[in-house]
Amino acid sequence: MSKDLIDQIVNNVLQGRRNKDDEGIEEGMAGDPGVAELVQEALDNGIDTNEILLNGLSKGMEMVGEKYETGEYFIPDMLTAAEAVEEGMKVMEPHLVKGESGSGKGKVIMATVEKDLHDIGKNLVSIMLKGAGFTVVDLGIDVPAARIVEAAEEEGAGLVGLSALLNTTMSNMGDVVKELEEKGLRDKIKVIIGGAPTSEDFAKEIGADSYGKDAFAAIREAEKLLK
Amino acid sequence: MNQADRLSERGIVVHKPYARLSQEQIEMIDKASLDLLEKPGILCYHEESVSMLEKAGATAKKTREGEHDAWWVSIPAKVVRQALDTAPSRVTLGARNPDNKVVLDAEGNRVYFGSGSETNYWLEVKPETFTSKVDGHERTIPVMKRNRGNLDYLCRSAHIAEQLDNLDFFIRNVNVQDSDITTENKDVNVFFAALNNITKPVVSGVADFDQLESIVNMAEIIVGGREELVKNPVVSFITSVIKSPLQVVGETAEKLIAIAKLGLPVVISTSPQGGSTAPIDELGMVAQVNAEALAGITINQLANPGAPVIYGAVPVRARMDDLHDMYGVPEFCHYNMDCAQMARYYKVPCYSTAGVGDAKVPGIQASVEKMYTYTAVPFAAPGLVHYAFGLLDKTQTFSPEQAVLDNHKIGMAKFLHRESGVNEEAVEKTKKTIEEVMHSPYRMYARYARGMLRRGEIFGGFPFEGEAEDQDQTLLQVKEHLNELEAREHQHLPEDICKKIFESTPGLLDRLNPYK
Ligand code: B12
Repeated sequence: MSKDLIDQIVNNVLQGRRNKDDEGIEEGMAGDPGVAELVQEALDNGIDTNEILLNGLSKGMEMVGEKYETGEYFIPDMLTAAEAVEEGMKVMEPHLVKGESGSGKGKVIMATVEKDLHDIGKNLVSIMLKGAGFTVVDLGIDVPAARIVEAAEEEGAGLVGLSALLNTTMSNMGDVVKELEEKGLRDKIKVIIGGAPTSEDFAKEIGADSYGKDAFAAIREAEKLLK
Repeated sequence: MNQADRLSERGIVVHKPYARLSQEQIEMIDKASLDLLEKPGILCYHEESVSMLEKAGATAKKTREGEHDAWWVSIPAKVVRQALDTAPSRVTLGARNPDNKVVLDAEGNRVYFGSGSETNYWLEVKPETFTSKVDGHERTIPVMKRNRGNLDYLCRSAHIAEQLDNLDFFIRNVNVQDSDITTENKDVNVFFAALNNITKPVVSGVADFDQLESIVNMAEIIVGGREELVKNPVVSFITSVIKSPLQVVGETAEKLIAIAKLGLPVVISTSPQGGSTAPIDELGMVAQVNAEALAGITINQLANPGAPVIYGAVPVRARMDDLHDMYGVPEFCHYNMDCAQMARYYKVPCYSTAGVGDAKVPGIQASVEKMYTYTAVPFAAPGLVHYAFGLLDKTQTFSPEQAVLDNHKIGMAKFLHRESGVNEEAVEKTKKTIEEVMHSPYRMYARYARGMLRRGEIFGGFPFEGEAEDQDQTLLQVKEHLNELEAREHQHLPEDICKKIFESTPGLLDRLNPYK
């Protein structure tokens, strides 16, 4: 019974179905319970949150990653699956005890820096990080350095992810690092940057901890930084 | 959709064929062509054709052209109209695998892409690794190796053509120049090489009249008899019966009449060159090439009314610096689109051309020239588009790597003709989707792209992208893919059929027998 539910969660992550209204990759699935309903049912049946997270949601997402690597899945499949995981996490949230391993891989603040409105890449990174089991607080676009640091402190985040697509705005990433230093938070909060004009070298230059060239690099780096 | 359009899964339906010519202009060209057939008329080098035409109402006057007897034949419009009345509007090109049949309908809009035709050279990529003097790095470069065409290349081509999903019919693409190939055994060997390696329609010219019987016999063995062959003509023919301007070639007319009597499909192919053997301006070219195609169709229909015949116009333009053919130019598209409209007007299936590269090597320039005509010509919805795979150096050279690239480009050209999907039901669905996305956290449509992705409704993009940032790796990637295609299982004829063919076909070379 519990095994069956967990398998269904995995399958629905693969199909990218948030809830019963969603279609899957295969047609004709609308109406069947999706990830949200299945996670709820699992909780009602007293299945451990850890079990749901590790063997259900994360396992599903891992399989999605493998399918992407082999060329069976594409970005839309990954994003859709990640959304389904996010929906499952929402249902789990009230049941997760702070600090317990079930609370995921850690908390990340994501933002596009001040004066920059580009967010397609940043959203992709946010969704994928969520799908990989991180808790993500996405502050949106055009976010001043002070606001980013404030949110990171309030939320108790271990990592700040910054995105910039303009070479006129990338310098604002350095401001975030400075602001963290000034507030004495730099040793507690790591910084990762990304976006087309940025680079490994630029990350070093502004004193960020890491650079990610795409969403997969973002996950890999975040896992290292939050270990 | 027209019924014949539905009968075949292959090719692509062009929903709204582009009409470059107005109805009035079509009628003007029709009239001009018919006037030309009456005056100056055609210069015919084939006595039997002359007497058939005379019997039907033409007048002929004997003359002498160099060493040959010839006749100026004035064909009145009604003789041509009569022939057009008996010519069928639907012609099927059969195939060893019946699913691969090509169903041509002059009143439908389905377009098929095929290969062609007898290049002297086979140009192959041979990757070689060098150390660059620029940066000291090792680099693998696609070195080109050019060889004379031979039987082995022809077999390989047919096998590759079997694998290319956008190739619908096979016209042999390399000329065979092996030392054991002679005029007396060439046809049987090239037909067998094709038929034994591909299950799609095989369309071809015949060099030596005496081998026609053996070829037909071979095809009959494959399908199980004459009647079966007429139903499923696994071989169809091309006859270049016209020598532009407006001359009927004796030996070819002989073949045309024999094929008509057999009831097998035949393409009347005429290929004038604008600027040398035809006027270079659009009207002049089309008026002449149309007259030439009509003359061929008339002879064919007089020989056997109702025989399956295809209007084959291959009008090309001359290069102004050396009078070679030129394919990747705007005039080529104009000529060919017009001819497609003329054939449709006559309700006779059309054989057209796109995708020859004038460039000598595979790659950028060749691909640009090809893409240009792949995109333009099919918009006029001719039935058959030949010369579409791997041809370079204005049909002198065949490159298998380019053929693989062309297969992809033809996929793009075909995709253009997908329907828009605008309808009432879809509008409601679209509004709902956009509203849903507007209220979702990231306002992304990725989720909604998936269905189309899975149904194959999203074009796949360029499959031969390399990883390097300082080198074009396309040809290297294509080469790898080509190696995979060539390694796939061969679709040879069954052993018993091969045995029968070898027993009854004089001149067939033993080394072509896969069971030996
Ligand atoms: C789409 C787009 C826009 C859209 C943005 C819509 C949206 N919702 O984001 C609109 C039209 C609004 C826009 C506006 C402008 N744009 Co614009 N835009 C682009 C474009 C075409 C694509 C960007 C994109 O979405 N790429 C796709 C995503 C998936 O890739 P990505 O963003 O790079 O993200 C990936 C990685 O970089 C990485 N990543 C990204 N962020 C992060 C963060 C972290 C932490 C990590 C680890 C990784 C990571 O992972 C992502 C996934 O793989 C780029 C061209 C380009 N090639 O980048 C120009 C481009 C960025 N824009 C440009 C310009 C100039 C502008 C404008 C100034 C134009 C104008 N004159 O008005 C305005 C500026 C608006 C503003 N103040 O920001 C220039 C920037 C030039 C420069 N170097 O400074 C570019 C490069 C175009 C060009 N070549 O001129 N733009």
